[in-house]
Amino acid sequence: MTASSATPSATPSATTTAAPGGRAAPAAVRVAGGTWADDLRAMRMVWKRELIRFFRNRTRIVTSLVQPILFLFVLGTGLSSITRGLPSGVNFKTFMFPGILCMAVLFTAIFSAVSIVWDREFGFMREMLVAPVRRSSIVVGKTLGGATVAAFQGAVMLALAGLVHVPYSLPLMATLVVELLLVAIALTAFGTMLASRMEQVESFQVVMQFFVLPMFFLSGALFPLSGLPVWLRVLTRLDPLTYGVDPMRRAVFNHLGLPRATVAKLAPGVTWGGWRVPTLLELGIVVAMGASMLAVAIWQFSKVE
Amino acid sequence: MPAPPPADQPVVAPQEPQAGAVVAIEVEGLQKRYGDFYAVKGVSFAVPEGETFGFLGPNGAGKSTTINMLCTLVDPTAGTGRVAGFDIVSHRAQVRRNIGLVFQDPTLDEYLTAEENLRFHAELYGVPKDVVGERLRQVMEMVGLWDRRKSLVRTYSGGMKRRLEIGRGLLHSPRVLFLDEPTVGLDPQTRSSIWGYINELKRQENITIFLTTHYMDEAEYCDRIAIMNEGEIVVLDTPEALKASVGKDRVQIQTADDGAAILALKDRFGLDSAVREGQVMFSVVGGEQFVPRLFAELGVPIRSVSVARPSLDDVFMAYTGTTIRDAESSNTDRMRTNPFVRARR
Repeated sequence: MTASSATPSATPSATTTAAPGGRAAPAAVRVAGGTWADDLRAMRMVWKRELIRFFRNRTRIVTSLVQPILFLFVLGTGLSSITRGLPSGVNFKTFMFPGILCMAVLFTAIFSAVSIVWDREFGFMREMLVAPVRRSSIVVGKTLGGATVAAFQGAVMLALAGLVHVPYSLPLMATLVVELLLVAIALTAFGTMLASRMEQVESFQVVMQFFVLPMFFLSGALFPLSGLPVWLRVLTRLDPLTYGVDPMRRAVFNHLGLPRATVAKLAPGVTWGGWRVPTLLELGIVVAMGASMLAVAIWQFSKVE
Repeated sequence: MPAPPPADQPVVAPQEPQAGAVVAIEVEGLQKRYGDFYAVKGVSFAVPEGETFGFLGPNGAGKSTTINMLCTLVDPTAGTGRVAGFDIVSHRAQVRRNIGLVFQDPTLDEYLTAEENLRFHAELYGVPKDVVGERLRQVMEMVGLWDRRKSLVRTYSGGMKRRLEIGRGLLHSPRVLFLDEPTVGLDPQTRSSIWGYINELKRQENITIFLTTHYMDEAEYCDRIAIMNEGEIVVLDTPEALKASVGKDRVQIQTADDGAAILALKDRFGLDSAVREGQVMFSVVGGEQFVPRLFAELGVPIRSVSVARPSLDDVFMAYTGTTIRDAESSNTDRMRTNPFVRARR
């Protein structure tokens, strides 16, 4: 440093003054703050950090796609041989595809939530929590960051649509991307809520095991939701992910050009006591779930330290 | 409330800042209780702007709890505090905007570069966009990491990480910088280099520094020191005044006959002495003035003499009756038996 030309600010509250012809005096920072603009700025940065970290970690991008790909192509192909009886020659992989999209989103979203626990364990959470911004902006930024990453992984899987006979039609792709995004936000909010009070990665993993696979299996990702025994029907209707998978399956099947009867059989939709829940309501449920879990997460974080 | 100090010790009231000086930190009766455990038993002090103020004490003395209250991370049970003119309970955001924090444990994102860590901080603290770049360069040069700004933090050494954290704490030009055990866990060489950086930034930024340490030698870098033990400020003064208040200097002599020297010290001067590390050691008021008398009257040939002013170790011992190390182990026990404290770790 060129110490000689540095002009130490003598006034107690430093003001930005460039020393004439020399090095600038300590740049000052205003005292005021706490505006919405500040919170938005913080939120954007927290969101951006999630993206930086994700795209820097190539291994994670690849490995988190391994499981959905295994399910789709290995399990899907294997089961195709015993599911040849599907109407109109619909391939089982085509049937599974919307569920697998949700799976990719689910796993990535939950993994993003683990990073909250990591941040706490490695101290970075503290850097965020002591910042002079609303806690909610941190929580929302973190959740949207995780959701963006999860939706990105879903979109990568979506690119494989052609391999399982799903047409690349623009309206279908656009619909699926929007639905993926909503599901991603809701699932990341769920993860954030679970992670909000967790101190150790190990305990978080246990809780995740408890939720992730049951949520996936009960969502109807692998089987149609009609003609199930009562206990299973009830459980599937309680799974929030069900209301994410079904709209996507409906979207896919409506673009396959299949006879009505086939669509009705393979994508029967979610029914409540015989009443078929409309797509918009399903998505509304996803959004409401996400919003309320996010609210709980924010409330939990506001209590920490 | 703090118990009155024993009569044979000088009573040092929390000092009022000098007239005209702006007060950076003002604390009155600050207290923190967990259940029936008093982590901080009501402390009062004031720190004028531009001062380096140190909290010295063993682990578990209440230093970190006090710092956490001042940083608005922990709510006080009783008492008031103002930092940079803002109340620590009712004006948290303003307090936080005006302070820099360097914690005992690292709080960096190791998978981001140093620059990204600092940019993250700048965004969260609302540093105006047009000064971020310039300010970032200033602080990174100040802590000597500008050339390594593009490296991932995980490739940094412990000392570099700590320097980066200090730089980050300064990024938003705080008026008070809190350093909680800034050099803990670092090797001696790195510790002294960290202190070099702290002194340099103080010169450049005219900032108030509030730090805690349990290293006696580091307390000497402070303008004033509060010695804390068991949740109370035992004494508060400048390092020199504290050492002077202890009074006696430590004299070490090498003699031809240590046994005779010890006897002679007792007979002629009434001084108790002992052999430590091959030297005869004793304490005496005005050690430097005593040396000529020693040569004249001891009667045992002296090979060398060294006179040491009392260290802060001696000060801590004088005010608490225990060494900092012993106090530490008993505090650990004290906390171990308390469920509230244990639960927080």
